[in-house]
Amino acid sequence: MTSIEHAASLLEEAPAEKNIGERASWWQVAPMVAVLTLFFGLPMLVVLVVSFFDFDRSDIIPAFIFDNYVELFTREVTLRLYAGSIKFALIVWAITLLLGFNIAYFLVFHVRGLLFQIGLFLLCTVPFLTSNIIRMISWIPFLGRNGIFNQALQGAGVTSQPLEFLLFSDFAVVVAYVHLFTLFMVVPIFNAMARIDKSLLEAARDAGAGRFRTVFEVVLPLSRTGIALGSIFVITLVMGDSFVVRTMSGGQSASVVSALQNEVAALQYPPAAASAVIMVIIVTLMVAGILRLVDVRKELAR
Amino acid sequence: MKRINRRLVLKGAAAGGAIAATEAVTGFPTVWAQNAKDITLVHAGGSYAAIKEIGDQASKDLGFKVVMQAITDDVQLNRSLTQPNTIDINNIDSTKLPYLAGKGVLASIPVEKYKLWGETVPLFTKGSYPNGQMASTQGLAPIEAMFYEAKDGKKLAGKPTEFLTMIPTIYNADTLGIRPDLVGGRDKITSWKDLLDPKYKGKTALVDYAPIGVMDVAMALESRGDFKYADKGNMTKEEIDKTIKIMIDLKKGGHFRSFWSTFDQSVNLMASGEVVVQSMWSPAVTAVRSRNIDCYYVPLKEGYRGWFVGLAPMAHLSGLKLDCAYEYMNWFNSGWQGGFIAKQGYYSAVPATAKKFLTPEEWDYWYDGKAAAVDIKDPYGALMEKKGTTRDGGAIWDRMGNIACWNTVMDEDRYLTRRWNEFVSS
Repeated sequence: MTSIEHAASLLEEAPAEKNIGERASWWQVAPMVAVLTLFFGLPMLVVLVVSFFDFDRSDIIPAFIFDNYVELFTREVTLRLYAGSIKFALIVWAITLLLGFNIAYFLVFHVRGLLFQIGLFLLCTVPFLTSNIIRMISWIPFLGRNGIFNQALQGAGVTSQPLEFLLFSDFAVVVAYVHLFTLFMVVPIFNAMARIDKSLLEAARDAGAGRFRTVFEVVLPLSRTGIALGSIFVITLVMGDSFVVRTMSGGQSASVVSALQNEVAALQYPPAAASAVIMVIIVTLMVAGILRLVDVRKELAR
Repeated sequence: MKRINRRLVLKGAAAGGAIAATEAVTGFPTVWAQNAKDITLVHAGGSYAAIKEIGDQASKDLGFKVVMQAITDDVQLNRSLTQPNTIDINNIDSTKLPYLAGKGVLASIPVEKYKLWGETVPLFTKGSYPNGQMASTQGLAPIEAMFYEAKDGKKLAGKPTEFLTMIPTIYNADTLGIRPDLVGGRDKITSWKDLLDPKYKGKTALVDYAPIGVMDVAMALESRGDFKYADKGNMTKEEIDKTIKIMIDLKKGGHFRSFWSTFDQSVNLMASGEVVVQSMWSPAVTAVRSRNIDCYYVPLKEGYRGWFVGLAPMAHLSGLKLDCAYEYMNWFNSGWQGGFIAKQGYYSAVPATAKKFLTPEEWDYWYDGKAAAVDIKDPYGALMEKKGTTRDGGAIWDRMGNIACWNTVMDEDRYLTRRWNEFVSS
């Protein structure tokens, strides 16, 4: 019996203590509720209110109009922006999942010794000691027309012309995203895998399962909380990004947020707010979808 | 020198006496230097203009403190509108005026408070070049931006009045930057239409900012003969549509290598050879050249895109602080700043004062377009141009006297932002 179940059964048995326990837990969540209300709830509410406002060149005008939403939903560009952002999110999700799962698998099941495991795991985080921006921007001279990679390819005689698609392209954006976000996949999956009882793998082997069958039927299902958490990180990060897409595509591609930023820069807050509200709803739905597939809370309490 | 005089006067006052001069004599308010030393003015502007050294020099010369804050354009607009009290002197470029004028955040400046108005170049005072010819009024021309109708600062007048929107400080003429070594020579690009030449497919860039990006393409389209705009600086919806449509086709055809949003990006695009022709700021061209890479700010036959910047006191200033603000604005154009900024390639609104703070060789190079008689250094003493080079485009009025269009905010800016987002996402 886990401690939570134990506590739950205690509560059921002792109604007199129930009140105290309930009150205590309210107090326990209170600081978090206060922080979330103050720094997330209220600002979000302001954004919601402003999204119904009217505006002129430099003022937002209190009103209750649906124009901002009507414009958002009737313009083809909205669809294209979301299609673009979702495309990036899916591609990056697939690649980081593949990488993250394999790296975590290697760390947990192939590396012997806890010290080595932790050492290699820390090694994965070393690039994170520098800023996101530097790590991303360093790709630019590497992938450029006269960059190191193109020079190497031409030097080795693989290509005669520099490859132009390497930089300021969707390719460059995906490279930067994968580089920046893979660790967000590795960490939760590593954590989930580390909790798998090794004897289960032995049992699978004894029962005649091959390596791949063990991975697919034992390790994968048991790592699903990690996969779900990693997916939430990666997908929300990509959906909410504007900087990477702007820099690595050289402004050739747009994301929902970069378009929103253009509106903010032109002081057009109400349409930007409407766009933000829709964005929050869509990303929340995506996260809810993931959580519906994997009940993270239940699995973590396992 | 005026600057020294004023300083001495202030010092004299600090010694115990009030300034004897009254408004009637000098056009200056009476400033109690004893109190003025506790005053701090916050000067906020773009990093190209709100330079720390200038603030330090002003503090030294004036006896009160000037704090420079370099901020980005959108932050500046936001702070000006929502927290106007956090800024005292707003160093705005002309395109911020349509957002801020009449909002009650900027104070108008009575002409008599600004002593150097008479010596200011006629571009700002009359809207004309020194030869008397009127300057282009496409976009937001100086004559349209410099004056309020009345003291209340509610509306721009569009013609000379007694109330200034701002003290004009620096201005320049923008054009395309090119890599002569990669396009086959400086003379290979002579017109804005070369920006769209299929020869340079995949090797061009624009600034990632709708009002300027679209205007640069409009210059190119007009010179290519696609169509003629009534006012490139204030397009109609149809004109925006026509322009954006061509831009989308160009983008899909891979004509643009990149769109840059920061100074550094534009420098790196050019220096790395990703791009051989692009819209660019003049100090960015210099930054590329300082890496020993040939880069040229090419004079084009259709003319330049002009811009100008000024200082506007904020409406919350009053009493002694307002007096100090006027002091400071008068100091600003009294020479030191003009000399400093000339070495970055910008012109002063009162060139005669800047001249006193430049060596004759520097003046000849920067303002008169003559070949440099000595090595030309930047304001910090680093080598900028070797002896013998000539400034691109020549003398001040060869460049500033040939403005095709001024940086602006269009009436249809809302529509423009929308269409620009469609262009970027196409």
